[in-house]
Amino acid sequence: MIDTYLIPLLKILFVLNATLVGVTYMVLLERKVIAWVQVRLGPMRVGPYGVLQPIADAVKLILKEDITPTRADKWVFTAAPIIVMVPALITFAVIPFGPVVNLFGRQVPLYITDVNVGLLYIVSVASIGVYGIILGGWASNSKFPLLASLRASAQLISYEVAVTMTLVSMIMTAGTLSMVKIVESQYNAHLWFIFVQPVAFVLFFIGGLAETNRAPFDMAEAEQELTGGFHTEYSGMRFALFFLAEYANMIVVSSVATTLFLGGWLRPFPNIAALSFLGIIPSWMWFLLKTFVFLYIFLWVRATLPRYRYDQLMRLGWKVLIPVAIANVVVTGIVMVLF
Amino acid sequence: MNQAIAFYVLSAFILGFAVLVVSTRNTVHAVLYLVLNFLAVAALYVLLTAQFLAVIQVLVYAGGIVVLYLFVVMLVNLKRPPEDHSAPQRHSWIGFGLSGLVLLELAVIIGYGSIAPPGPANAQNTDLAMYNVEKIGMLLYTDYLIPFEVASMLLLVAMVGAIILAKREL
Repeated sequence: MIDTYLIPLLKILFVLNATLVGVTYMVLLERKVIAWVQVRLGPMRVGPYGVLQPIADAVKLILKEDITPTRADKWVFTAAPIIVMVPALITFAVIPFGPVVNLFGRQVPLYITDVNVGLLYIVSVASIGVYGIILGGWASNSKFPLLASLRASAQLISYEVAVTMTLVSMIMTAGTLSMVKIVESQYNAHLWFIFVQPVAFVLFFIGGLAETNRAPFDMAEAEQELTGGFHTEYSGMRFALFFLAEYANMIVVSSVATTLFLGGWLRPFPNIAALSFLGIIPSWMWFLLKTFVFLYIFLWVRATLPRYRYDQLMRLGWKVLIPVAIANVVVTGIVMVLF
Repeated sequence: MNQAIAFYVLSAFILGFAVLVVSTRNTVHAVLYLVLNFLAVAALYVLLTAQFLAVIQVLVYAGGIVVLYLFVVMLVNLKRPPEDHSAPQRHSWIGFGLSGLVLLELAVIIGYGSIAPPGPANAQNTDLAMYNVEKIGMLLYTDYLIPFEVASMLLLVAMVGAIILAKREL
């Protein structure tokens, strides 16, 4: 009873809340990091060094007037932010934060579930998130959101192909689709897969930037061209859902990249006994550290690189990333057969 | 028992969404009901411990093909009423004929299923849940190799055809 219902429920509660808190603080971190890059201070007024800024933002967004445009499609307009947010959150069901640990005398795995199609589950759930963007733009009944949502969905669909092809080569290397087994196979291989599949890593990272609509691929919300993008007509909490979903997706991409390429919860060089003093840092801490590095790179890239032009973006996706990803799959296959 | 309840609830959802797809006036809403329908079918696959199929159903149909439907529906102007067809009577006869064929096919499948001996039941289910992907992979590349390759050729032909239609003066 406790093992089948109570512990998973508690884990789900914990992961959901941790994600939402993490997401709000990602917003603060982003503002701080960009401020530091631009030699500013960033938010400083609310709390010491602005640490309470996310709470102030949340209160402001909840209290704001909730406007639905008169000629909008009400049901779809309401559903769109939810459709964006839910897939971003349920992806965490299969992400392994750590191995099975002993907690209060009970064997508790530090992941909600381990299904044998874990990686495919993440890809398929992420593909549902596109609907929120398309429908949000369409239901607003306004031209800039519609244009932005068409752009965004075209971009997401094209980069999804490249990312999925990249994942195929990863699956071939790991020999499994289960997220937990992927980490275990990195332990058995004595090596993080970033050293086995460097090309796949670069492709996955570029694709991840594009799939989360982050700079330099943030075409969907190009302020200068589209007055804010597909969520122009949204206000208050509904806008906040779109906004938070973007950050939740960043966390998803970062944790998937950590699991696939940086050995998940494993410490660096997991099989070298001389480095076993690194084991004093618990496994989930390693996972969070690696994920944080990815998140920081996301912000760093945003502060550094200018936005791509739309045609350049599509050309990069279809003429560079997808062929390279397919070539990577073929080369991986050849190498696996030969050695 | 629980499985039976889940099956009937899911089937009711699937049929309900299917009816809504054809009955609703707004085409975008129809496409959305189609997505819900596909998701319910995916849940049905999970109930049959076919997780791989369920995930692929969501990925390919709900997440891929229907997005393209949505594009077409949004970009084609559907505000004006459909043009009068020259012979609505004839079209409805074609429709009736096709539905009759589908019904016949279903009847044959159900009839065959009731005659044929039942497959190995729950004994293998845990095994199936653990090695879902491996089993499908083995079947696709051994017993069903030729249908698999034919299907991929069909998709290739469709792709070439689409490119030729889109770019007439290539």
